[in-house]
Amino acid sequence: MILAIDIALLVMLAVVGIAIIRLRNLFAVVMLSGIYSLLMASTFVLLDAVDVAFTEAAVGAGISTVLLLGVLTLTKSREKIPVTTPLLPLVTVVVTGALLIYGTWDLPAFGDPNAPAHRHVAPEYLAEATHETGAPNVVTAVLASYRGYDTLGEVTVIFTAGIGVLLLLSGSGVLRRREPEENDDKPGGAA
Amino acid sequence: MEVHGHFNYWIVVVLMMIGFYALIARGNLIKKIVGLNIFQASVFLLFISFGKVSGGSAPIIAEGIQAYSNPLPHVLILTAIVVGVATTALGLALVVRINEAYGTIEENEIAQMDSET
Repeated sequence: MILAIDIALLVMLAVVGIAIIRLRNLFAVVMLSGIYSLLMASTFVLLDAVDVAFTEAAVGAGISTVLLLGVLTLTKSREKIPVTTPLLPLVTVVVTGALLIYGTWDLPAFGDPNAPAHRHVAPEYLAEATHETGAPNVVTAVLASYRGYDTLGEVTVIFTAGIGVLLLLSGSGVLRRREPEENDDKPGGAA
Repeated sequence: MEVHGHFNYWIVVVLMMIGFYALIARGNLIKKIVGLNIFQASVFLLFISFGKVSGGSAPIIAEGIQAYSNPLPHVLILTAIVVGVATTALGLALVVRINEAYGTIEENEIAQMDSET
């Protein structure tokens, strides 16, 4: 059953991705990218990554879509039809994709409990995290306690990006006319 | 789960190439940023797929559960998602400024204007 849902979600992801490339109406593209993120979040739930699914649904499907819509109101919502045929990009993509698929042969099978990734440090975190940090959720324990400095660095990145957005838009008329919209970046980013 | 094998990884590659194609073949700057997001999300899916253990449960310690999925990829990807939206915001701010300066967000028109001046 889980296998069937997994395959269905993944196929839907691929279909939505192809639709995003083919559509010219940018409003539809933005809506589909929100659906893409939501499908991705559902897949994460299925793959046991519940914390990641929360974040992807809130940040990917929520804030990214709001940001993209905000930019659409400031720019044009229709993509022009290109003059050249995209043969070279298509060849590049097919060759790169074939190489990457060739590379997947060496990977451990999906869900294999004996894969090297599961045998090194992960069991120690699972065994020790609860009594060392007091948090039953191991992801929270690692994120906020063991790798707290990393999360601090992440906040720095978001702060820098926020300053960058403000600097970029401060020279233009946009910020004065539409102040609430671009201010949305930072509370969302800090989540 | 044997039937599954590498299906997740193949879909990841397909999604990655869809994003890559949108990035290099499409001239519209907003489409490029959406393509970048697709590419990014496919990498997230790859990491989360690595972390899955068959028969495992979400890594929240509770009694009566024998196997958990690997929590470390989850932590990495949580950080990556938030950083990803920060870069998206920065890219979109650049698109707004380019639209103000050139009056278009099509790459070939911008290049044409640049070569004329």
